[in-house]
Amino acid sequence: MVGLALLDAIALWMVYSLLGNGATAAGIIALVVTGLVNWVFLSDKLYPIRWLTPGLLLMLLLVIYPLVFTVYVAFTNYSDGHLLSKQQVIEQLQRRYFQPPDAISYQMTVYRSPEGNFLLFLQDPLGNTYIGTEEGGIQAYQVTGEPPHAIKAYQRLSSAATFQFLTQLEKLQVNGEGFLVQITGPNKARQVLAKYTYDDDRDVLTNNETGKVYRPVGGSFVDDDGKSLPDSTGFTAVTGLNNFQRIFSDPQIQGPFLRVFLWTVTFAAMSVLLTFSMGLLLALVLNDNRLPLRTMFRSIAIIPYAIPGFISILVWVGLLNPYYGPLSLLIKSLIGVSPDWFSNGMLTKVAILFINMWLGYPYMMIISLGALQSIPQEMYEAAELDGANRFAKFRYLTLPLLLISVGPLLIGTFAFNFNNFTVIDLVNEGGPPIVGAFTPAGQTDILISYTYRLAFAGGRGSDYGLASAISIIIFLIIASLTAFNFRFTRQLEEVM
Amino acid sequence: MTQISGSDRAKARDEAENKNHLLPSLRQATRLNLFFKLLIAVLYSLFALYPIAWIFSAAISPSNSLVNSRLIPVGATVANFVQLWSDPQHPFLLWMWNSIKVSSVTAVITVFFCALAAYSFSRMRYRGRRFGLLAILLVQLFPNMLAMVALFLLLQQIGQLPGFAFLGLNTLGGLIMIYSGGAMGFNTWLMKGFFDSIPKELDEAALIDGASWMQVFIYIILPLVRPVLAVIGILSFIGTYSDFMIARVMLKSTENYTLAVGMTLFIRGQYSQEWGVFAAAALVGAAPIVLTFLVFQKQLIGGLATGAVKG
Repeated sequence: MVGLALLDAIALWMVYSLLGNGATAAGIIALVVTGLVNWVFLSDKLYPIRWLTPGLLLMLLLVIYPLVFTVYVAFTNYSDGHLLSKQQVIEQLQRRYFQPPDAISYQMTVYRSPEGNFLLFLQDPLGNTYIGTEEGGIQAYQVTGEPPHAIKAYQRLSSAATFQFLTQLEKLQVNGEGFLVQITGPNKARQVLAKYTYDDDRDVLTNNETGKVYRPVGGSFVDDDGKSLPDSTGFTAVTGLNNFQRIFSDPQIQGPFLRVFLWTVTFAAMSVLLTFSMGLLLALVLNDNRLPLRTMFRSIAIIPYAIPGFISILVWVGLLNPYYGPLSLLIKSLIGVSPDWFSNGMLTKVAILFINMWLGYPYMMIISLGALQSIPQEMYEAAELDGANRFAKFRYLTLPLLLISVGPLLIGTFAFNFNNFTVIDLVNEGGPPIVGAFTPAGQTDILISYTYRLAFAGGRGSDYGLASAISIIIFLIIASLTAFNFRFTRQLEEVM
Repeated sequence: MTQISGSDRAKARDEAENKNHLLPSLRQATRLNLFFKLLIAVLYSLFALYPIAWIFSAAISPSNSLVNSRLIPVGATVANFVQLWSDPQHPFLLWMWNSIKVSSVTAVITVFFCALAAYSFSRMRYRGRRFGLLAILLVQLFPNMLAMVALFLLLQQIGQLPGFAFLGLNTLGGLIMIYSGGAMGFNTWLMKGFFDSIPKELDEAALIDGASWMQVFIYIILPLVRPVLAVIGILSFIGTYSDFMIARVMLKSTENYTLAVGMTLFIRGQYSQEWGVFAAAALVGAAPIVLTFLVFQKQLIGGLATGAVKG
C-alpha cells in the first residue's frame, strides 16, 4: 500500500510535468495507466493481475504498441519528404504570403510600450493613417500632421531605435481585413496576402496568387494536372496497400526485393543444412564412447558457441581479408589466387555461409547428441538382428528418429537465420550493392538487413513505410513457420 | 517453450548412458572405424580453434598489423592491451562497461518481472489466464527487431517528453527498456514451465496454513526456482551482450556504444593496421561470456537445447 501511494505520487508528478510542458497526449496516457494500475492494486478480484502488471506494462509499451504502429506505418507513406502531418504542412503553408500587384505600401513609425509591445503607426499613399498592434489588428486613427510622440502607453521610437528591434519587428503579425502588414524596413511596411487558403469542408488548398486549386492525394497536395505543390514537402497519409503494391509490381523495387527474398530463403536453408550436417556428423563421432578424449573434443567443439557472435564474425572477416588475411593467403598458396571475398557477390555469400557454419554447428552438435542418446539401444540391436548394415541403420533408424526430436529446433534455427542481421551486416554490410537498384539493396542483404537499410542507413533517405511493409511480410513468413512448428510438436496443449 | 521435452530428453539420455555401461555394444567395430572417428574429431577441433589461435597470437604479437602476421608470433608483448586501454578513438573500456551495464540491468528486470508474471500464470486460476498466455505467445511471434522502425520512432517520441530524455534515442536507458520488454513474453513462458514442475501440494499446504500468496512466493517458490532464475538471468545477459542490431539502430554517439556496435569501428578504420589491438579487444570482450559459459556449461546447454538460440 505504501508502495502504491509512493508510485502514485511519482506518477502524478510525472503526469503534472507532462501536461505542464505541452505533452498532453502522453500526460493523458500516463494518467489513464496510473488509474488502471490503482484499480488493479485496490481490487481484490484482480489480485492475480497484480503480479502481471509490471511485465504487462512493459510489453504493452514495447511489444504491442510497436507492433500496432508497425502495421499502421506499413499502410502509410511515412518517409523522408512525408514526415510531417497534414495539419503541420497546412500550418506551414498558411504562414506564406505574397504581395498582390495592387498592394499598398505604408510609411511606418514604430511605437513601443514599457512592457515591450509594439504599435505601428501607418500612413498610406492617400494620407489615411492607421494604427496596428498584434492583438488589436489595424484600426483607422486620425492624426493631423506629424506622428505624435506617444499613442496611449506607447512611446515613439526614433529610426535608429527601430533598427535595433528590426528582427523582432519582422516577426510581428498585424492583421488587417483580408490582408497582413509585413514590415520591410525601419520605416516601411506593405500589405501582403496569405498565399494559400485551406478550405476545411471541401478539403482543398487554394493558391491565392495563381488561383490554382490543390487537393490532397496520396500525401501531397496535387493540382488538377496531377502536379504536386512545388515549394512544399508532402505529409504523412494513409496510402493503403500502396507499399505492398510497390514491392510486388514496381519494377525498380520488385526486382531487388525478389533477389533479396530468394537469398534470404537460400541463406537460412543453407545455414540450417550446413550446420546440421556438420553438427550431426560430429555428434555421431562423439556418441561413440570408445573414442579417446571424448570429453575434451566435445568441450573444444562447443567453444565457437561460447564466444559472442559479433566478435567471432569480425575475427573471421579479418582472417578472410583478401590481401593480408592468413586464411586467404593459405588459399592463395594452395590454388594460386586469393579469393576476392568482399567485392564479388557470390564469394561474399560463400564467406557468409562459411562463417555462419562455424558459428552454428556447435548448437546442432549439442541437440543432435542429446537426441542420439535418447534413441533406445534395443532398436539398433533389433535392426542388427534383421541384418541391417551401418548405412541402413543410419538412414532408416537414426535419421528419422533424430528428425522427429530436433525437427522443431531446426525450424527454429531457420527462423532465427531468416532474421540473422548480425552476420550479414558485420561481414559486408549486405554488399556488394546490386547494380542499378532503386532502393539501397545489396547482393547479400537479407530481408531484415534490407529493411534496416531502407529505414536508417540507405544513404538515400528513410522510407519507413516501405520498411514496415517488408517487416510485415517477414512477420507473416515467420508466423506461419512457427504455426507449422506448433502443429509439428503439439506442445502448446501439453504446456497449457 | 519446449522445456518439458528437454528434461525428458535429458532423463532418457541418462538412462541410455547407464545402459551403455551395463550392456556393452554388440557391434564389433574395426580399429579403422575408430581411427576415422578420431581423425574427424581432430579436424573439427582444428576448425574450431583456428580463428581463436590466430586471435591469441595476434593479441600478444609485437606487430600490430595484419600484414605478414604469423600464427606463432616472434616474441610476446602486452603492448596491444596497453594501447587498447588508452586508445582515444576506440574507448573500449567504456563500451564494455556500457555493455555490462545494459546486459545486467536487463537481466535483473527480466528475471524479476517474469518471475512475478510466471508465478501468477502457474499458480493462480482466473478468467483470462489462458487467453493471456496465448496472447503473450502470439505477440512474441513478432520479434522486436521487426518493429525497429516503430521502436526507433517510439524512443524518439519518449526522448522528447519532458523528464524522459534518459529513455530516448541514443541512451542506454532506452536500450534497456527495449531489451527487457522484448524478452518478457518468451521468458515468462519459459519460467512458467519451470514453476509448473514444482509440486502444487507444497504451496497448497502453505496456503491452507494461512500463508498469503506473497509468502508462498517468497518462502516456498523462490528458493526452489533460484537455479532456474539464475540460468534465465545468465541467458538474458548473454543474449543482450551479443545483440548487435537494436543497439546499432538506437545508439548514435560513440560514447554510448555497446561493445557490439563499438567493435565495428575497428573494421571501418584501418583494420589491417590495427589487427593486434582488435585481437586484444576481441579477447577481452569475449572473456566475460566465455567464462560464464564455461562455469555454467551444464545448466546453460540444458537451457539452450530447449530452444533458445544465441545470437
